[in-house]
Amino acid sequence: MKKEDVPQDPSALVGVTRDVCYVKDANGKYTTDLSIGWDVKKQALDNAWDDIHERVKEAALKVKNGETSPVNYFMELKLMDLTLLSGYTGFWKWTIKRHFKPSVFKSLSESKLKKYAEAFDISVDELKKFNG
Amino acid sequence: MDNSILPYKHIQTAHCENGVATGLLRHHGLDFMTEPLMFGLGSGIFYIHIPFLMVNGGPAISYRSMPGWIFSRASKLLGVKVNRKKFSSEKEAYDYLNKQIQLGNPVGCQVGVYNLPYFPPEYRFHFNAHNLVVYGKQNGNYLVSDPVMETVTTLTEEDMRKVRFAKGPLAPNGHVYYPEDVKPVSKEHLQKALYKAIQRSAFEMIHIPGPIAGVDGIKYTARQIRKWRDKLGVRKAGLYLGQIVRMQEEIGTGGGGFRFLYAAFLEQASNYVNDDRLLKVSDDFTKAGDLWRASAVQMGRIYKGRLDDQKYYLECADMLDEISEIEKNAFKKMREIKPR
Repeated sequence: MKKEDVPQDPSALVGVTRDVCYVKDANGKYTTDLSIGWDVKKQALDNAWDDIHERVKEAALKVKNGETSPVNYFMELKLMDLTLLSGYTGFWKWTIKRHFKPSVFKSLSESKLKKYAEAFDISVDELKKFNG
Repeated sequence: MDNSILPYKHIQTAHCENGVATGLLRHHGLDFMTEPLMFGLGSGIFYIHIPFLMVNGGPAISYRSMPGWIFSRASKLLGVKVNRKKFSSEKEAYDYLNKQIQLGNPVGCQVGVYNLPYFPPEYRFHFNAHNLVVYGKQNGNYLVSDPVMETVTTLTEEDMRKVRFAKGPLAPNGHVYYPEDVKPVSKEHLQKALYKAIQRSAFEMIHIPGPIAGVDGIKYTARQIRKWRDKLGVRKAGLYLGQIVRMQEEIGTGGGGFRFLYAAFLEQASNYVNDDRLLKVSDDFTKAGDLWRASAVQMGRIYKGRLDDQKYYLECADMLDEISEIEKNAFKKMREIKPR
């Protein structure tokens, strides 16, 4: 890539930092330049976030309809999956899946709820009261 | 603990691990170290597409070697020892870091980015192999030199605990590291190290067994792309292509999936060993990097929704096949380059 071809498309980086790019200068030697973003990757990131928001919305709807528990919703909201949530809580993945059932979730002990609340960085109350 | 600011010089680099390693070695007197040299000496260039493994809902693709390897391999070639510590106890990890600051030793820390407050929210995923340097403490906050940031920053004790003990794949477990016994490196020593590192990268990219890694891995991805539209549907296929582009171009690769960075390394290496054969191979990697970026543009047209036809997926795949060939030839040339 040539120095004059470094894209400068405003992205989420603006105001925070800029990307270091390795580019060729006018003499054909390598140097670095800073970029505030590139449209092509901004769109990729935006699409990834659209997908996340959609999954969160779906999970909220399922909680509302009584098909899943708030654990499932907050897992999606915090960009986690079963492996990650298992890492943070110490519960087995299949245990977490069980806790997705609203009936099982209702009977969870305070100490278990606390583990989830800590993993999601919310209060136990927020976790219990979420209803879609 | 009282205020202490260690005389560490912040450097901004494309990639965090290169940056921490380069900065720390410079701090210990190896002033010649640059990001491209670190990346090349550590044989950072690589390609792997791990089947069945998903990262953030997309294919698991990497353009570089395993986290941590770059610093370890480069150090070994330079005769530097890297002291690494991981912890099961958060208290011990906390005490150890403070102790290093008191001893006047800036250290590298492996952290998760999800809870890094100074990162743009859009970039805060559960990725646990980020690296930064802690170079002091002031008013109870850690002084942080994060190589992907333009300037230095700070983290509270609580932020630091969270990022050092992020959980999940590649969990850092408080991982702290720093170089030890750093002695001056002679020109002859460096020349030998450069040739060795170049041979190692060439060997790995050509001869690593199996279809998913090295230059063959790029063709593996091409074969997958040809199937995605029919198998996954347009929406998901678009997300998968987006994931490839993000792994290739997101903060940290210097553009073109580290290929420009590697081309810059070969250019610097050719000066040290006075061997213009390396310059020619450098041009090959510039070409490969340019083509990687062209493929990203083409993928972008698809996931922006402008192009929707199988033939465009095939075009992307063909570009990857071509890249694989260019890189294969370049690495083959490198295999032939022995010290004169």
